[in-house]
Amino acid sequence: MQLEYFQLIDRILDLNIDEKTIQVEAQVPQHNTIFEGHFPGYPIMPGVLLIESMAQTSGWLLLALMKFERMPFLAAVKEAKMRGFVSPGELLTVQASILHEGSGYAMTEAKVSVGGKLRSNATITFSHVPFPNQDLRGHMDAVARRIGLPQAVVP
Amino acid sequence: MSSTFDQVATIIAETCDIPRDTITPESHAIDDLGIDSLDFLDIAFAIDKAFGIKLPLEKWTQEVNDGKATTEQYFVLKNLSARIDELVAAKGAGA
Repeated sequence: MQLEYFQLIDRILDLNIDEKTIQVEAQVPQHNTIFEGHFPGYPIMPGVLLIESMAQTSGWLLLALMKFERMPFLAAVKEAKMRGFVSPGELLTVQASILHEGSGYAMTEAKVSVGGKLRSNATITFSHVPFPNQDLRGHMDAVARRIGLPQAVVP
Repeated sequence: MSSTFDQVATIIAETCDIPRDTITPESHAIDDLGIDSLDFLDIAFAIDKAFGIKLPLEKWTQEVNDGKATTEQYFVLKNLSARIDELVAAKGAGA
């Protein structure tokens, strides 16, 4: 997890194009300035970052399903629930699946677990558009390689 | 069996918390009911599910932006209902 670059996903564990599911892992850092403020003497991972981890996981699934021809952008978050605290140093498992594929938008269901126990879940809506420029496409390709997205799905 | 318009109106009322009796076949989803593009995604999702179709929102938006169609053709509810009926019929014909 590179919080300073807002890259929360470390590794793709499983990507199933047929089932339209993905599972990733994300290691919460032991030390980060975020924990100095959230909260002093009682560090916990901010809920908005758990939501972001589910959004990024869903995003990788959508990118793969759309063959990297379109870029998904977060549009709405529903039914987001923080079911338990996440502490520094914990290893998150984040899973996402497709709820609906519409025209120019998609909805996913995602959840965050630690040690098999559910900590957060949400239903997330994305709008998606053709990649706005080659810089972004190149950046996403590079991150995809780093986190182990199967190269077969990257044209 | 309720009409397509009745189903669409019910979806809009429930999705956007708009009183059902204010929604008529002549209502323009954007101009009259004040539904924005993000809220319309929820309506599209519910319509897609209810009718087993995929509203071609991108194509419609492109046509409007290119001046090839007006928003009334797609977003006045009697017209939207007619488009839905066409999509359902096309799906049935292709099955």
